[in-house]
This record gives sequence, C-alpha cells and structure tokens, in this order.
Amino acid sequence: MSGVQGNYIEHHLAHLQLNLHTFTVGSGGFWTLNLDTFIVGLITALLIGGIFRYVALHMQTGVPGRLQNFVEAMIEFVGRTVHETYHGKSQLIAPLALTLFLWIFLMNTLDLLPVDFVPSLLQITGIEHFKVVPTADPNMTFGMSISVFFLIIFYNFTVKGWRLGKEVLTSPFGPYLFPVNIFFRLLEEIVKPFSLALRLFGNMFAGELIFVLIAMLPWWSQWLPGGIWAIFHILIITVQAFIFMMLTIVYLSMAHDVH
Amino acid sequence: MEINATLIGQLITFAILVWFTMKYVWPPITKAMQEREKTIAAGLEAAERSKRELEQAQHKALSIVHDAKRDATQVIEQAHKRSAQILEEAKGAAREEGERLMERAKAEIGREVNQAKEALRKQLSSLVVQAAEKIIQHNLDPAKQADLLDEFVAEIE
Repeated sequence: MSGVQGNYIEHHLAHLQLNLHTFTVGSGGFWTLNLDTFIVGLITALLIGGIFRYVALHMQTGVPGRLQNFVEAMIEFVGRTVHETYHGKSQLIAPLALTLFLWIFLMNTLDLLPVDFVPSLLQITGIEHFKVVPTADPNMTFGMSISVFFLIIFYNFTVKGWRLGKEVLTSPFGPYLFPVNIFFRLLEEIVKPFSLALRLFGNMFAGELIFVLIAMLPWWSQWLPGGIWAIFHILIITVQAFIFMMLTIVYLSMAHDVH
Repeated sequence: MEINATLIGQLITFAILVWFTMKYVWPPITKAMQEREKTIAAGLEAAERSKRELEQAQHKALSIVHDAKRDATQVIEQAHKRSAQILEEAKGAAREEGERLMERAKAEIGREVNQAKEALRKQLSSLVVQAAEKIIQHNLDPAKQADLLDEFVAEIE
C-alpha cells in the first residue's frame, strides 16, 4: 500500500477532536471531545426527539397521517418486542428500547452516505477530519452500553433486593462454590457492556473501512462492489440496531427475573 | 480506537434522549393508540351487537308473520265452518217454515172445503124444499112428477 493510499485511509479514520484543556482543535489525552461524533449524535438525537415529539403533539386518534403511521408502527414494533421478552413493570424499558433502536439505526444509516461527501464539504470550511458515522466510534457505542450496564445494576439491586445476594452466591454451582459463583457473575455482568458496544462498533467500523477501501478503487469499477456492499449494509445497519435493542431488553429482563 | 471524554458526552446525550422519549414521546403516542384501539373495539362490538339485534328482529318478524298466517287460516276455516253452519240452519228454518206454511194452507183448504160443503148442503136443502113445494103444488101427476124431477135434477147440475 503506497503512502498516498495509507494517508487516505488514515485521513478517513481520524476524528475532528477538541482538546478540553485548551479548547483548541487537537487531541488532549482523555480530555478530548470527538466533535464529529458528538455533533452528529446530537443532531440525530434532536431529529428523532423533534419528529417524535411533533407526532406526539399532533396525535390523531382517528385516521392517522403518514408520519404518524410510521411512528406508530415503530412504537408498536418496539412495544411488542419488549412485551414478548420483558414482563416487569418498569415504564422505562420500552422507551429506552425505542430510543436505542431509532438512534442507532439513524446513526448507522449515515454510513450509506458517500465516504468523501461530508468530509469534502467540510474541508471547504477548513475542517481537516470528520468521521460521519458516530456508531463507528467506540465512545458512542460504549456511551450507550455503559448506560445500559448502569441500568442492569440498578434493576438488579432495586428489584431483587436481598435475593440478589443469594443469587450471586449460590448460582450456578450451589452455595459451596460461592467464590466461583461470584467470579462468574461478575464476569457475566462485565462482559455485557463490552459485547454490546464492541459488536456495534466492530460492524460499523468495518463497514466504513470497506467503503473507504472501495472508494480507493478506480472510479469506473467502484459502482459494483460499492453497490453490493451498500445493499448488504442496509441489512447490517438494521440488524445491528435491532440486536442492540433486543439484547438490552433481554439483559434488563434478566436483571428483573429472580432465578 | 481510543476512549476519551466523548464517552461522557454521549452518556449525557443518550440519557437526555431516553428521558425525553420516556417523558414526552412514548406516553402520549401509546395513549392515543390505545384510545384508537378502544374506539375500534367499541365500533366492532356495536356492529356485532346490531347484527345480533337485526337477526333477532328478523327472527321475531318471521315468527309474527308465521303466527299471523296461522291465525288467518284459522279464521278462514272458522268462517267457512260458520257459514256452512248458518247455511244449514237457514235451510232447516226454511224447510220448517215451508212445512208450516203448507200445514196452514192445508188447514185453510180443509176449512174452505167444509164451508163450501156446508153452503152446498144449505142450498141443497132449500132446493129440496122448493122442489117439494113444487111437487105439492102440481098434485100427484106422474108425468108432471117425472118432468119436475128432471127439472130439479137439471137445476142441481
């Protein structure tokens, strides 16, 4: 791989970063904000919140319009999925699942924009790097999975109470092997946010990387692999959003069920 | 891949988005959907109920028509019977009346015959008296007597 191509890939994998110590563009160790991830995440969040709030305010109980139909279909789909898996009383789970699905789906969809489109536009204004897909940034995926992790811990403690202690000590190997049980349980819980975050990040990062690689092919041959990969990617985008939502529901319902 | 403060930013964004959805998006939409479900269910139920009522009404109407038909047949039958009866009665009465009239006529006739006989007898006796007078006036002339008798007989006839 020549230096030009290497630079091209690197250029596409670098974030637009804000150093939070000095508030200048550039890396500042941990206290760095990936502005691209943050801004795109914020815009998509506002878009979803705005559209759904708009529909909620203009809800027709009679014949629904097109947008309302779409929103209702999403809510019904998520509501049904949640209802099939989760049998607790919490009013948080279904909205959480809806938010996860929509937000991840919308952010994933940005992957289908041509890889050079937004960065080239922004280069005119002098911005060097811009990664459009927030879900290809582990900060984004971990941000969501750690929130879910906190919720898992929260529900484990609040729903189960003292029975949580018994459960941690005695399952799966019985009370005499309690150190092993504790270790297993901790491992099981800690793996959850990693599995959630890394699966989504891995899929989206790899997908974007392949788009970048396709973009380096001669221009007349890009349409075939690009088209195939884009069509396949529509599936990945949806499936990954669904998996993240589904696993969140499953994890949270496990946190509710006493073994 | 590096983890930095973006993580915290995304945690906050996500938390706000979830809170917003939970507070301002999910409840009103699901409420409206439930309301519509209720409306539809009520509509369907009403349709079902009215269908059932219609069926009942049709059934009832049919049975009423059936009853009416049966009653009508009964009435007609009764009327037939009654008319036959009346006819029969009338015939009987007519016959009786006829017989009675006949009796009366017969009695009348008998009485008139008797009257006529009586009158005839009276006339005859007066004639006999006249004839006897004439015979006595002509004094035992056999030829004359025979003539007188002939005259008498011719007078009777």
